[in-house]
Amino acid sequence: MYCERLLRAIVFPCLLLLSLTASAQEKTITGKVTDSKDGSGLPGVSVTAKGSSIGTSTGTDGTFRISVRASVTTLIFSSVGYGTQEVSIDGKSSVDVSLVIIDASLNEVVVTGYGTSKRKDLTGSITNITAKDFNKGSIITPEQLIMGKVAGVQITTNGGAPGSGSTIRIRGGASLNASNNPLIVIDGVPIDNGGIAGAANALALINPNDIESFNILKDASATAIYGSRASNGVIIITTKKGRSGKMKLNLSTQYSLSTLPKQADVLSPAQFRDYVNSHGTASQIALMGNANTDWQDEIYDKASTTDNNLSMSGAFKAVPYRVSVGFLSQDGILRTGNLKRTSASITLNPKLFKDHLKIDLNLKGSINKSRFADEGAIGTAVRFDPTQPVRSSSKRYGGFFEWQDPSSTTGLRDLAPLNPVGLLEQRIDKSNVSRSIGNIQFDYKLHFFPDLHVNVNLGYDVSKGKGTVYIPDSAASAYRRSPDARHGGVNNRYLQKKSNTLLETYLNYTKDIKSINSRVDAIAGYSYQDFSATNYNGELDPNGILTDANGKKWTPYSDYATDGFLISSPTFRFDKPQNRLISFFGRLNYSYKGKYLLTGTVRRDGSSRFSKDNRWGWFPSGAFAWRIKEEGFLKNVIVLSDLKLRLGYGETGQQDGIGNYNYIPRYSVANSRAQYQFGNTFYDLYRPDGYNPNLKWEETSTYNLGIDFGFLNNRITGSVDIYLKKTEDLLSVIDQPAGTNFSNKILANIGDMENRGIEFTINTQPVRNKTLTWDLGFNITYNKNEITKLTFTNDPNFPGNLVGGIAGGVGSTIQIHSVGYAKSSFYVYQQVYDKSGNPIENLFEDRNRDGLINVDDLYRFEAPDPDVFLGSYSNLSWKKWNAGFSLRANLGNYMYNNRFSNTGVQRNIIDPLGFLANGSTNLLETNFTGNGDKYLLSDYYIENASFLRMDNFNIGYNAGALVGKNTNLRIGANVQNVFTITNYKGVDPEVSGGIDNNFYPRPRVFTINLNLDF
Amino acid sequence: MKRNILVNGVFAGMVLLMVASCTKKLDLTPTNDTTSEVVYSTPAGYKQVLGKVYGSFALTGNSGPAGNGDVQGIDEGFSDFYRLFWKAQELSTDEAVISWGDVGIQDFHNMNWTSNNSFLTGLYYRSIYQITLCNDFIRECADDKVAGRGIKGTDADNIRQYAREARFLRAFQYWVLMDLYGNPPFVTEASVIGGPPPPQASRTQIFNYVETELKAIENDMPAPRTNEYGRSDKAAVWSLLARLYLNAKVYIGTEKYTEAITYAKKVIDAGYSLISNYTWLMRADNHLNTSEFIFTINYDGLHTQGYGGTTFLTHACVGGTIPAATFGIAGGWSGTRTTKNLPNLFPDVTGTADKRSQFYTSGQNLEIANVTTFTDGLAVTKFKNVKRDGSNGQSQDFSDVDMPLFRLSEMYLIYAEAVLRQGAGGDAATALGYINTIRTRAYTNTSGNISAVQLTLDFILDERARELYWEGFRRTDLIRYNKFVESTYLWPWKGGVASGTGVSSNRNLYPIPSRDINSNQNLVQNTGY
Repeated sequence: MYCERLLRAIVFPCLLLLSLTASAQEKTITGKVTDSKDGSGLPGVSVTAKGSSIGTSTGTDGTFRISVRASVTTLIFSSVGYGTQEVSIDGKSSVDVSLVIIDASLNEVVVTGYGTSKRKDLTGSITNITAKDFNKGSIITPEQLIMGKVAGVQITTNGGAPGSGSTIRIRGGASLNASNNPLIVIDGVPIDNGGIAGAANALALINPNDIESFNILKDASATAIYGSRASNGVIIITTKKGRSGKMKLNLSTQYSLSTLPKQADVLSPAQFRDYVNSHGTASQIALMGNANTDWQDEIYDKASTTDNNLSMSGAFKAVPYRVSVGFLSQDGILRTGNLKRTSASITLNPKLFKDHLKIDLNLKGSINKSRFADEGAIGTAVRFDPTQPVRSSSKRYGGFFEWQDPSSTTGLRDLAPLNPVGLLEQRIDKSNVSRSIGNIQFDYKLHFFPDLHVNVNLGYDVSKGKGTVYIPDSAASAYRRSPDARHGGVNNRYLQKKSNTLLETYLNYTKDIKSINSRVDAIAGYSYQDFSATNYNGELDPNGILTDANGKKWTPYSDYATDGFLISSPTFRFDKPQNRLISFFGRLNYSYKGKYLLTGTVRRDGSSRFSKDNRWGWFPSGAFAWRIKEEGFLKNVIVLSDLKLRLGYGETGQQDGIGNYNYIPRYSVANSRAQYQFGNTFYDLYRPDGYNPNLKWEETSTYNLGIDFGFLNNRITGSVDIYLKKTEDLLSVIDQPAGTNFSNKILANIGDMENRGIEFTINTQPVRNKTLTWDLGFNITYNKNEITKLTFTNDPNFPGNLVGGIAGGVGSTIQIHSVGYAKSSFYVYQQVYDKSGNPIENLFEDRNRDGLINVDDLYRFEAPDPDVFLGSYSNLSWKKWNAGFSLRANLGNYMYNNRFSNTGVQRNIIDPLGFLANGSTNLLETNFTGNGDKYLLSDYYIENASFLRMDNFNIGYNAGALVGKNTNLRIGANVQNVFTITNYKGVDPEVSGGIDNNFYPRPRVFTINLNLDF
Repeated sequence: MKRNILVNGVFAGMVLLMVASCTKKLDLTPTNDTTSEVVYSTPAGYKQVLGKVYGSFALTGNSGPAGNGDVQGIDEGFSDFYRLFWKAQELSTDEAVISWGDVGIQDFHNMNWTSNNSFLTGLYYRSIYQITLCNDFIRECADDKVAGRGIKGTDADNIRQYAREARFLRAFQYWVLMDLYGNPPFVTEASVIGGPPPPQASRTQIFNYVETELKAIENDMPAPRTNEYGRSDKAAVWSLLARLYLNAKVYIGTEKYTEAITYAKKVIDAGYSLISNYTWLMRADNHLNTSEFIFTINYDGLHTQGYGGTTFLTHACVGGTIPAATFGIAGGWSGTRTTKNLPNLFPDVTGTADKRSQFYTSGQNLEIANVTTFTDGLAVTKFKNVKRDGSNGQSQDFSDVDMPLFRLSEMYLIYAEAVLRQGAGGDAATALGYINTIRTRAYTNTSGNISAVQLTLDFILDERARELYWEGFRRTDLIRYNKFVESTYLWPWKGGVASGTGVSSNRNLYPIPSRDINSNQNLVQNTGY
């Protein structure tokens, strides 16, 4: 609490300081900026008065006009890709400047976490992607901007639902059971990746249009400054800032049409009739209807997305600003789903006291209004009998056809699939989520000791998610669902609030010590971050039916029928999980002669999630880089423009995935449906919960060897990195010796795992001249994952930890974590095939030759993660036209086709429970009956899901000043998810986790957009 | 310059202030969960933990019906004590088959289970979980702790009684482990949480421990039928002793039939009587059967919800053309049936003569062509979530039926069997009388009564099947009669063969789950696994 007050006490006075403005006496300078190569006028060059925040930028013909204080003697000209020039204006009213193209990439400023560095000075493995390289098209969530762009980074979208996020893995992920998500830092604020009630994805609350750059920190020498949260890599997102100069506006508008690329293959109505007629009993045949319904047609539809963004940037007096607003409306291809996002951001970047004090203020906010489609319809559309109509003649169940059973209380056939159209139309699941992320960062260069900066960063990330789920009592999915079968429907609410606060401060000392050819850049800092959430189970209400511990009446949010009948009620009004991190960190960069670069970092983190004995951890790293190109023997090799060797080692930690209080012995109260009766009284029960006082950080050691190279004036650049990541004290849910804890499985630091791999990136410019440039890039990553330890005793007979639940058998799993194998390897029976290559049902290899087919015959067969993944892009610019595409491929990734195994059997089609269901056409290949308990685990259903996908194809035209002077109009069109080449037989070969069952299909998206600068 | 110094000073001060004010804030505690000191500060708190100690028989976790399970590594609905116990005791025998395809469930009937079987693993952990709860509770009930918390007088006496009941429940679960797994790990209130892996105890050691514990609390337990419904008393202790002694030859190689007679007789003489109508035994209002039920697991459709226990028993048996509504449930799970051996023990399958013969035959085949087809094998209608008057239980989804762990009939049968097996202290005439008491109720008259010559050991085994089928006795009974693994007694699909086959004798014991073998190096696997 105290810290929050402190934050306020500091922020507001500082904002007042911003009102300080420049003094009155001014002079005006005009001129033109040209390209040194061809003398053409350069638009958009930033012109600033040295020593102040006054600035402007050049117009489309390269001319500028700036008014500065009389005391200003120098103007600074800068533009991306050109060398910055300082020009004296003493006694001049006009200056013409010619800028020289420079080797941009080496001097590119890369954000490294608590500071920046020039690319040439980097010692770690960091990839920087800026706005010009972002993926184009209908990009709803930020991470999709860089999909396929970075070696070692695998981004898999979680399906096609509006606003759904992605699974991001950097170098395979370092953990088994805890989190494998990278740390994401937005403008210096590490954000809560945990999500919020009512939003499909936390990152979906950020408008991608506001993002300037991504910096991906991959090896530990780069990430270790983030210590205990850095094992899975760090993604630093920087948003667009204000530029000095007069106000510029940008308006972009785009319209997209999403379509379903491919339906799941199911029996057609004719095939279905044939099958039932030839395999069913007379009573089963009689169940068929007369309709011909394509259920997938009924639930999917073309969907449109509109995305409009307006931004203004410039400088108000001495204060550069950028303000943007965005409006997104996205419909899902699964009908009824929709996302409407309104976002706004403000940045202010004033400099005070002759540039001694730099202030960056970033405020971002968004409101997401969603309606979630019932994704259960995806599965039931595959399974629903195609001979039945969508609507019945009866009004019961909202007029939708449903399988009925007159003898059951609900009148519905138990366990029969529900009408998918009914599921969609009768569920109104809406949420309203707002989130704001902001920070104010002060960077103060001491007046009496300007080599030293003091940097203070105060940040917050607050969100609030609330929503309602309404299902009418006529709907089959909630028909007479109360225990006494008198009340039906759903009318529920939920509310969650999250509040994360950050306070960071560091000192930065930078010094060029010319006498010994050295440069030193050091920081030392402190960080405090608090994550707290409040999960509400109800609200205070004077007429409430429950009373809390403080005697206040409240109304529970929990489960209601539509008529208000309370089906179950919670025990507590709210729960408030919270955790904190306190850290001290330091970094020293030392460079000798600009050729030999050394970096050392250390971070000490303390977490509230561990007991006092294990609370604090050290996370050191060291790296060395050698700019070989600068050595005498290479200096004159013209063809080689850059060559650098990097070596790094670091230790990082990981604590996500551990409960906030797992180390504390505690008792929890059972809910009102888990009471126990003595005599005539039902008692609330106290349960001692399992706990592990010895929990500590997962620790990952990473070794990295990298080479950066450039040829032909850096028209060909690239890098190769070889890495080894060893995770120790892996958090694993392990069996406790029975009788020694209150839970037989407990999260403990027990396992070891390794990831080793090679990354290769090459970016080239095969053609570069005045009218035509062609950029071509390619990256490839090989990653191998192996679990090296899982249990205390390492018993060779222990198969491993079963994971990967599947549909078809309750509690059945298809994957296993085993020592000596990749994580989540498939754990299956070996199918036996007949002479013509067809699988023989329920015939499996007796692998251990004991005459029995049982769990001892299961074996590990392949794994879901790819061995190799590749990305490639091409951009061609010709005069005012440009065109590009990006491709992505995964090789050696395997998938369990759960749709085939669950629906492609006779037992599913002609269900003995008295209804018919459709299923996969795979049935016609296997002719499996679906009897027995092992066919589900057959390796027949494990398919190689390697694929090549064109993620994006785009074309654009720069129409220039079409709509007026000082304007620039660009027009573009693109297609996303253009095609996929794969042998995988399911709908989509790319499902995170490797189990394909009722996956929300990724749409194919056609977009046109207009972008106007004025 | 002055202003510069000022600004520098303000910054330095700010930084120091922030660093100093926000460290040492890493001790956070949960909002709603609480500590043992708070829980045990009042007598009411003790009773709420006692509720959990008992409730872990009936519930699978802290959130009914599922969502916050006690036992990990198994589907929570599967992790219920009685559901797992029932599967281990019934699906491995002639009394029951199940149609489902869950991994490992068909192993019971095929008699090819392994140490990785998830149901056997779940039951093992559930039993030891309850023992662990009991140990902790008994520790907290120690006199010095209770006194230290300022609890005195009647409250302290009650807590002492709670501890005795926890010892009874612990003894019961050790009996389960000994019967099924033979040689489990051994933990008592002296074993601390987070302590070293416990030692293994032999079957004999567990037998002796259970016997000693029960005898130690026997005299201090409440008199039969005087404790609250759902809590244990002297009769529960005696019943477990009687059951233990009846099987002593199997457990420790020594016959204890005399003791079995002694303890069965104590229960029989404690004022119990059979209820009038056998078909009322397993019904939604069977809490009324207190004259016959000695100790029950209490389920409740609204307050004690889970997917195990009698909810499983009343749902899994419904499928085919059986109208779910007649079972007081929303819909059946199409799982459990019986082999023909069970209905063949009765004079007819319709319950015309012997009312215990409760089967559903319409659309069901007596013969089982395919174990996984629900309509193969007769369905059993013994468990219904409807009341004596035909009205439904409180919930369509969760059963109100309580599950007796001990009821009077078993004591009659133990007495008779122990007499036939030459135990002392009983007599054949009384034994015959008890059997005919059971049969008179079954036939609603004396037409089914037997004569002294008909009372043989084989008759007792059959009578136990007729009276106690689907109540979790069959595997133990068949082992005692040397008919479980042997090829001398077969049933359809025994050992995975249509006509039935014998299997290796090591299958008289289930294996210690490999997961525990792996985490506890003190454990040695049972022979043959």
